[in-house]
Amino acid sequence: MARSFAEFGNALYTGEKSIDFVGRRKLWYTISAVLLIIAVVGPFLRGGFQLGIEFTGGSQFQVHVANSQDRDPDVAAKAVAETLPGSAPRISVLGQNEVRVQTEALDDAQNKAVTEALAKGYGVDADEVTYSFIGPVWGQDITKQAIIALVVFILLAALVMAIYFRTWKMSLAAMLALFHDLIITAGVYGLAGFEVTPAAMIGFLTILGYSLYDTVVVFDKIRENTSPGELSDSRTYSEAVNLAVNQTLVRSINTSVVALLPVASILFVGAGLLGAGTLRDISLALFIGILAGAYSTIFVASPAYAHLRVGEREIKERDERILRQRAKQVESDLVEAAPAS
Amino acid sequence: MAKSSVAPAVRSARRSLIFLLAIIVGLTGLITLGVFRSDATWTPKLALDLQGGTQILLAANQNDGKAVTGEQLDQAVEILRQRVNASGVSEAEITTQGNNHISVAIPGKVDDATLQRIQASAALDFRGVFLEAAAGAAQPEDTGESVEGADGDAAAGDNAADEAAAGDTAADAATGDSADEPAADGTASDADTGDLYPDPLPSDPADQAWLTPALLEEFASFTCTSDNALEVANAADDKPLITCDETGMLKYVLGPVELSGDVITDAVSQQQSIQGGTGTTGRWEVAITMNKEGSQKFGKVSTRLYGKQPPLNQFAFVLDGKVISAPTMNAQILDGRPAISGNFTKESAQVLADQLKFGALPMSFTVQSQEDISSTLGANQLLGGLLAGLIGLGLVVVYSLFQYRLLGTLTIASLAVAAILTYLLLTFFSWRQGYRLSLAGVAGIIVAIGFTADSFIVYFERIRDQLRDGFGINAAVEGGWKRALRTILASDGVNLLAAVVLFVLAVGNVKGFAFTLGLTTIVDVLVVALFTHPMMTLLARTRVYSGGYKFSGLDPRQLGAVYQGRAKFREPVVASKGSGKKVAKSRGEAERRQTIAERKAAESAGAGKES
Repeated sequence: MARSFAEFGNALYTGEKSIDFVGRRKLWYTISAVLLIIAVVGPFLRGGFQLGIEFTGGSQFQVHVANSQDRDPDVAAKAVAETLPGSAPRISVLGQNEVRVQTEALDDAQNKAVTEALAKGYGVDADEVTYSFIGPVWGQDITKQAIIALVVFILLAALVMAIYFRTWKMSLAAMLALFHDLIITAGVYGLAGFEVTPAAMIGFLTILGYSLYDTVVVFDKIRENTSPGELSDSRTYSEAVNLAVNQTLVRSINTSVVALLPVASILFVGAGLLGAGTLRDISLALFIGILAGAYSTIFVASPAYAHLRVGEREIKERDERILRQRAKQVESDLVEAAPAS
Repeated sequence: MAKSSVAPAVRSARRSLIFLLAIIVGLTGLITLGVFRSDATWTPKLALDLQGGTQILLAANQNDGKAVTGEQLDQAVEILRQRVNASGVSEAEITTQGNNHISVAIPGKVDDATLQRIQASAALDFRGVFLEAAAGAAQPEDTGESVEGADGDAAAGDNAADEAAAGDTAADAATGDSADEPAADGTASDADTGDLYPDPLPSDPADQAWLTPALLEEFASFTCTSDNALEVANAADDKPLITCDETGMLKYVLGPVELSGDVITDAVSQQQSIQGGTGTTGRWEVAITMNKEGSQKFGKVSTRLYGKQPPLNQFAFVLDGKVISAPTMNAQILDGRPAISGNFTKESAQVLADQLKFGALPMSFTVQSQEDISSTLGANQLLGGLLAGLIGLGLVVVYSLFQYRLLGTLTIASLAVAAILTYLLLTFFSWRQGYRLSLAGVAGIIVAIGFTADSFIVYFERIRDQLRDGFGINAAVEGGWKRALRTILASDGVNLLAAVVLFVLAVGNVKGFAFTLGLTTIVDVLVVALFTHPMMTLLARTRVYSGGYKFSGLDPRQLGAVYQGRAKFREPVVASKGSGKKVAKSRGEAERRQTIAERKAAESAGAGKES
């Protein structure tokens, strides 16, 4: 496998084998557009995003029971009903030994009463009951901060990339891919009905870094291949971009797999053993984001960049010259071929 | 492959490795020194979500709804620190987050009293002093402060004697007054001695009638313990207050609030100027500026207090229920520019000035979120995080070995070096900067495993590209490195930018995540430049790589390259099995063995044929 994979890389490198990422951009654009529409419309048809308690405010109890112990949610329901009549708690069983109970915001006395009732119900020490209280404006606060961070990062990153690549078009194409990734990740979250928590937001914000990281690596190769010294006279601009994408394809696959492996392991351990929580929420968003990021770099950012450039006069003239030459070559080949046959 | 041409690369590789070793040994040495000489530990300290405890996130706001400024936020942290320390909690971490958030992290469960104390509003008030006494067994350490006009008129200086007297007589005054007052004040509901306050309430805040027997009794039994901190912080403005100074050395009976701190427009520490002349006395004082309303009221108060018997000539500045200063009134101050003088050092004058200036704005704290994590849950989360990290690391290792064969071992070694560096840095930051590793931080580290391994892949693929272009292994390593480094720096730069923006702007969990992500990004660059590349340079000179060993991961044959070195030319690879596919491949092989220029020429010709 490794051998054939390396050979696959060889073929892609020389251009012997080539996948037409740039030329068939209309297909990729269509696929992306469909995905984006689903990502935007889908969650709303489903009834919007499910916001975690951090955004809505309230109180949350998490009971930690020993491995062998019973985790019947009815025990929690009964405990809450006794101490808080009229409350409608959300009870869920998490991981291997956690029970989570979410209620409206409670005062200290109520908190104490519920903690004791839960500890008694499950036969654990009161210390094993974790309590969190989230004020009603906390969600607004972190959302505001996250949005500020998002905007500042995008502006700075756009600037840095424009300076590094010395063309704003690469920067723009990278940003397009970035938004693509963010929207799709958010859409998958909404469609699957995963709870949006601050930890998930950390995941979203990390996608920013990863999506651009991935794009930068490929764009670096594109820049190299389209630099004046390297640009071969036999390739049009789009073809040169396409070759760069192909040449970095093995790397893209390898890095994406390597980035996904640890994230998948957090996801597995986080969701499987610990239940919901920081680890699962961060890794879930990242998992989707890395997949989307790898896709968008190859299928959105690179074709979009070529698309943005081919309209430029210099490049257009050059491309036309190459195509004319090619046509001439075909003609002369035909002429050569005719007498022989 | 003359020896002189390879030597510089090897030399610089060795230099890099020695430099890296120096960093690791240096960090280890520093921490070792810290462990024996200071309070450093061998492991990074854990945040509460991993060790169990209570984390409270507060938003600080001025009572008029305005957001607090950075300096006020620092003052708020100071106020909270005193409150939490007063409750006897050790190792509480109080830090600012974002623009107006304060995080209070307390190990273990928090009792209700501490919780309420933390949430109480903070405000600076001025109250007249009725009684002053030593608290408990400790001898009062008289601060000997006095208030005078800013321009330092008549009564400047020689009040040390008065001050001493004030301190000494305080205890007497307390007992003496308690004997006298009820008799003198017989008209006011004397039957009701159980009441703390006189009935009707006196309208004048300076009225001695406030000192009821019950109040004096309470004062006599009052001790400066942490238990009363909450009570005094929430005391009524229009009633007398029994409280202590910040050090717990002195206790006071204070009159109702006469002025609130918001009349102070500025407070600065400065050197006292010599009366009527130029130069300074070398002593420090705190100069206060009040607004118009404050000037008027303070003028009246100072007129009333000036010349009275101690301690009735003292005026207390009360922050958060505690007396931060109770200077003697040494002059009538009508211009609203009093100055407090006394045995200040430069620092203590600065502290008082800050307390007056920033404490002047009443602040309230609202709980944004509160989380109690049991220690078992914390330990479980840590275990889960470590397990996830190990599995992730294992998967990456297996995949690298699979993809890059022998070269995968270099990935593993590099990851190990990155792990050591990250661990040392986290331990170092936890010691010097009070960093604490949180669950989100652990997630950041695990995610970074992938990002770090990414750089190696970028580098290895670049070397392969160079080999495919027909370069020898040494040249390929150098050339590949030049190109890879640029890419690695650019992409890590983007990652670092994300981490910094998140760290600076975001609150809560995000900070911990951003910190480790940023740190590991820097570690990544260090490891690639100081370990992976130098090791690769040295490895390229071993027989395994220079000989093109089949499982080296960089076998030129496998990469379809031709060795263009002077010494030997490689035999073209001819497919042993004669399938059509292989034949086609060997034809491709032959094409690839041309020089770049030849290939390009062939391509331009071939491109026409194919289309």
